[in-house]
Amino acid sequence: MQMSGAQMVCEAIIAEGTKTVFGYPGGAIMHVYDEIYKQNGFEHILTRHEQAAVHAADGYARATGEVGVAMVTSGPGFTNAVTGLATAYMDSIPMVVISGQVPLSLIGTDGFQEIDAVGISRPCTKHNFLVRTLEELPRILKEAFYLARTGRPGPILVDIPKDITVDIGEFVYPAEVNIPTYKPTYRGNRRQIEKAAEAIKKSKKPLLYVGGGAVLSDAYMMVRELAEKTQIPVVETLMSRGVMGAGNPLLLGMLGMHGNYASNMAMSETDLVISLGARFDDRVTGKLSEFAKYADIIHVDIDPANIAKLVDVDYPIVGDIKQVLEDLIPLLEDVNTDRYQAWREILRRYDELHPQSFVDSDKEIKPQWVIERIGELVGEQAIITSDVGQHQMWAAQHYPFDRPRQWINSGGLGTMGFGFPAAIGAKVACPEKTVINITGDGSILMNMQELVTAAEYKTPVINVILNNQFLGMVRQWQSFFYEKRFSETDLTFQPNFKKLAEACGGIGYDVTTKAEFDAALKDAIEKDQVCFMNVAISRFENVLPMVPAGGALFNMMLPQKSENDKGEK
Amino acid sequence: MSLENERRVISVIVMNESSVLARVTSLFAARGYNIASLTVAPIPNSDMSHITIETQGSPRVMEQITKQLHKLIPVYKVIEHEEMVEKEMVLVKFPIAENLSDISALCEVYNGGIVNVGTEMVIAMVADEPCRIRHFIEATDRYNPIEVVRGGVVAIER
Repeated sequence: MQMSGAQMVCEAIIAEGTKTVFGYPGGAIMHVYDEIYKQNGFEHILTRHEQAAVHAADGYARATGEVGVAMVTSGPGFTNAVTGLATAYMDSIPMVVISGQVPLSLIGTDGFQEIDAVGISRPCTKHNFLVRTLEELPRILKEAFYLARTGRPGPILVDIPKDITVDIGEFVYPAEVNIPTYKPTYRGNRRQIEKAAEAIKKSKKPLLYVGGGAVLSDAYMMVRELAEKTQIPVVETLMSRGVMGAGNPLLLGMLGMHGNYASNMAMSETDLVISLGARFDDRVTGKLSEFAKYADIIHVDIDPANIAKLVDVDYPIVGDIKQVLEDLIPLLEDVNTDRYQAWREILRRYDELHPQSFVDSDKEIKPQWVIERIGELVGEQAIITSDVGQHQMWAAQHYPFDRPRQWINSGGLGTMGFGFPAAIGAKVACPEKTVINITGDGSILMNMQELVTAAEYKTPVINVILNNQFLGMVRQWQSFFYEKRFSETDLTFQPNFKKLAEACGGIGYDVTTKAEFDAALKDAIEKDQVCFMNVAISRFENVLPMVPAGGALFNMMLPQKSENDKGEK
Repeated sequence: MSLENERRVISVIVMNESSVLARVTSLFAARGYNIASLTVAPIPNSDMSHITIETQGSPRVMEQITKQLHKLIPVYKVIEHEEMVEKEMVLVKFPIAENLSDISALCEVYNGGIVNVGTEMVIAMVADEPCRIRHFIEATDRYNPIEVVRGGVVAIER
């Protein structure tokens, strides 16, 4: 069928089954927007900033597992999208970003709104394309979606010169993709899996270390089956919260810099780490030479480059977690679960000794109380997104996540301003869920213009602002490591968050007591309208436990057990 | 040379498409790997190109380089050379006033010769193993070379 390049872009998006595109028009992408106006195969949501468009597509992808699609124009439209690409890249999120480019004849002339998009985005995309002819456009679009969702997922950029969107040509959307240089491995090596099974049976203190890959591979049922069949305890990373489900007795909690005592001690004392889709990030390992010092390591990952990148691995298995576990679990039928009984008992005592806890107060609102309260009131009904900082860690520590894809945050890049637009994307994808963005008074301002988007499209995201009038995480480090010199972290000068929300068509709440919080949350859920819930929390609350950067995991600063207790190290 | 910082030659077979070389070199730059020399040419009768990179690093760094290269979508194959024949070439320009028969004899020892003679200078060319190229360049020093241009390494597995 004959059509313009712009029409081809729309046809490809429809053919891929994408229901919603997030974007922002501009000169170089106008022909595509003209076609968007004429079609009705998908909805377009106009965010108020390109960065937010990409984060929204990202949130959409994280909530559903489908490829998120964002569209921006050339030059500043594209550069604004870079943070969104990098955020998705670091967390392996499937996404296709389509950017306009100046006409082919102007490329390289420093034309108006020209920037080398493929050059800039090379290190923060899985792959990128500059389309050079109309003939290759259908193939490139097909490959972009394919690359985004297969293997280790990631964001793909397709940069399309304006004249190509105007040209008319024959459109046949390829049914299949054939990239001879790209053949991801899904099925793990049988011999390696057998060896890993033997190692598990021989170990005394095995530990399942589950990462974001278990979410991306939709393998959580298999992970739970493995843990339950073998009775091996589990630690989750920031990216895999929800895989085991809160309350599962085998789940120790989250490990790492702000992991709980039992999780970090388990990693320090285990004799066999079974890593499923985790990548030994520095925020997880602490000092590498002390990390899992007494353990052999089984490392399952779809990306061979993740294996043995930071630690030596004894049983490397390249493959998709789901498929590897399909092969591994039957080999563990005869595992003797009593074998790990003593180990589980040690860990249970560790958890009793220093549970994940905080000292609540009647005088002021503690942020951890807010998180737990949200958990009590909406629980598994909610999707929780977050920005980056103390509130993110409190949410990861205290929310009772029941399932994967319930917890959406920027783990790898740590992008402030991610939470709100990601929440919009998640709400668009899952309108039946209550979507709550747990944020801080610093982060929320980094994409607050999205109030307008959320109000216009009636995506009632609840923004719970844990307001301590500080850039709290930096303040915490300044308290601990910089002799309380609070350099540029005091945010006492603030907007009126309530009025700000109202000015943009949303609702605002000022919350200073627990009762007010309950009332506000109830009202927000009923009103079904975007809101800012400005919750005044205790100013100097710290995220604990904490492993100081570069320290060994077992050297944790622990929280107070009561108001009189000064905490211990 | 210690094992920790061993010199290695790797061949990268890539799709012959635009910006593929930039993908390879920017990967080295972004991850802090060193490129000592680099040569690229299309493979005859195919849509692939052959990139030869001379680099150095510990075994762990080499493993990462190989894996990261593999991860690039247009990369077809990465060969970490073990048993290889490797060659490099050099062009050296000498003033015409130098002793040409000495230069010619020197070049012959290194499997090369004089390839161009002008009114002001002569140009010699030598293709040999990289360490022999280094020796040749040292040996030419006494004939006051005006310019020395070294090519990168090319290698083929034995």
